Amino acid sequence: MTYRKLSIAALCLFALLLTVACSKKENTEQSENAAPAAQPATTPAATPIDPATVATVSGTVKLDGTAPKANKIDMSQDPACKGDNMAETIVASGGDLANVFVYVKDGLGDRAFDVPKDTVIIDQKGCQYHPHILGVMTGQTIDIKNDDMTTHNIHPTPASNREWNESQPPSSAPLEKNFAREEIMLPVRCNQHPWMKMYINVVKSPFYAVTDKDGKYEIKGLPPGDYTIAFVHEKLGEQTQKVTVAAKDSKTVDQTFKQ
Amino acid sequence: MLAFRRPRRCRNRDGHDFIRADESRSRFLKGLATPYNRAHHRFAVFLACWVFLLIIAGALVTSNDAGLSVPDWPTSFGSLYKIPHLVGGVKFEHTHRMIAQGAGLFTIILAVWTWRTDRRLWLRYLMLAAVLMVIVQGILGGITVLYYLPPLVSSAHAALAQTFFCTAVAVALFTGRRWIEEVPEVQMDTRRPSLFTLTLLSIFVLYVQLFLGAMFRHHGMSWWPHVVHAAVVAVVLTWTAIRALTVYSKIEEVRRPAVTLVALMVTQLCLGFLAFLTRVAWGRDAVQPELPMVLSTVAHVAVGALLLATAVVLSIQVWRHVPVSFEERIPSPERKPVPA
Repeated sequence: MTYRKLSIAALCLFALLLTVACSKKENTEQSENAAPAAQPATTPAATPIDPATVATVSGTVKLDGTAPKANKIDMSQDPACKGDNMAETIVASGGDLANVFVYVKDGLGDRAFDVPKDTVIIDQKGCQYHPHILGVMTGQTIDIKNDDMTTHNIHPTPASNREWNESQPPSSAPLEKNFAREEIMLPVRCNQHPWMKMYINVVKSPFYAVTDKDGKYEIKGLPPGDYTIAFVHEKLGEQTQKVTVAAKDSKTVDQTFKQ
Repeated sequence: MLAFRRPRRCRNRDGHDFIRADESRSRFLKGLATPYNRAHHRFAVFLACWVFLLIIAGALVTSNDAGLSVPDWPTSFGSLYKIPHLVGGVKFEHTHRMIAQGAGLFTIILAVWTWRTDRRLWLRYLMLAAVLMVIVQGILGGITVLYYLPPLVSSAHAALAQTFFCTAVAVALFTGRRWIEEVPEVQMDTRRPSLFTLTLLSIFVLYVQLFLGAMFRHHGMSWWPHVVHAAVVAVVLTWTAIRALTVYSKIEEVRRPAVTLVALMVTQLCLGFLAFLTRVAWGRDAVQPELPMVLSTVAHVAVGALLLATAVVLSIQVWRHVPVSFEERIPSPERKPVPA
């Protein structure tokens, strides 16, 4: 009799755990679908900016020291992966440092900004993420495409936003996602292809840029004021500079990272 | 002299406690009456080997960062039976799931077989516990996928895997011909702490080491607690092995696991050093899991499982062959004459 009760209890527990586990996934999907619809109701009205007074901040980010040799990636575990197989951890050419996220960290006060309606695109091609470093505003839609003939699995591991993990077969429709909270260097990886990594930077303002292969960046439309500009690299860390811009100013703010 | 089970304390109608030594001896003799079933034993050995293979498959998943390559559970890409294209991380994760399903099935088969053929009630209940363990292990594995590898749950999954492996090895031991048919050679243990206590301590420190290692592998903790505790493990295991080999070397069932324990401990320490080099020292800036790191960490996990299982086997054999002297088992104020 004791054995019978034990068996029934074990089966009930198993069924309950299975139900909870499966319903958690459904709830996650439901809340994920509901998130974009909830966004417009909580966004405050944008603070107006006089376009006649806006300034521009631009510059070059350099690397002091010898750039390490890029690691070669072994993509043999998936024959469908054909592409550039060099890692993008530190990309520097002639001392110019690429893939540095530059943004206005401080000085905007309580200003609110409209979430852009246009989407930003993350493309998975040659079993690499493009771009490697992405800037996006809070709530802005990100379209994730798969242009490879293999299944990818997109898994962001945020500290402040909701974590998710979805697979994307070849030729499937783009995934539409957004992040609700500000977060810098949010890692994204593919669990299918462990070398695939990128970082998404989610900010509240449109004043950000990513340095190109020449280490150059440009931030336009900045209202006059005192700001802290942050330069963030995935490996070399963060550095900041204070800058004051006047109306219609064009300031050059260069930064150097040391190895 | 026969070694018998720990005598059971009973209470009679007057409220006096007494020891039923004759009952424990008759139970032991009934256990001897279980016939040896070669096919049953071989299947138990097969299950133990299959579970070891499953542990290796699981270690490959973690070392290759493939834990979430199949994003859903209990389905795999939406299906309960379809095998997905086995490339990249899916190759490791889905293979692990398929081997795990086999482990569950074989455990159920062995449990049913044991209930039908083996007369030892305690072994039947042990197989029932094994079935429950494999079910819980499957659920834990599912939770790691659905909740994106929380370190504590992943570590519990790792620890239960090795516990299940030890259970499978123990069942293989208990169904063996030597366990069932031979009269065990016994030598009373008069030293303190007893050898049995030392073997239990060995199992305990190995479990702590296993947990610390799993937390590091799943990014829940730094590497140094696991490395520092390795010294504690080495001391305890060496103490246990020296006691077993110097005092009870004539008992083969104690000597062999003790020698194996020492050999595996040395191997594990070397593999641990190699894993540290490939993963922490050299592999810090690696863009992907590299082959030397994968091989050394998987081997470290596998040998760790063998080490824990050996400690459990040693503990069981010591309990059988090196019992604590009878008077020591009963607290002194309560000692009464044992009824014949």
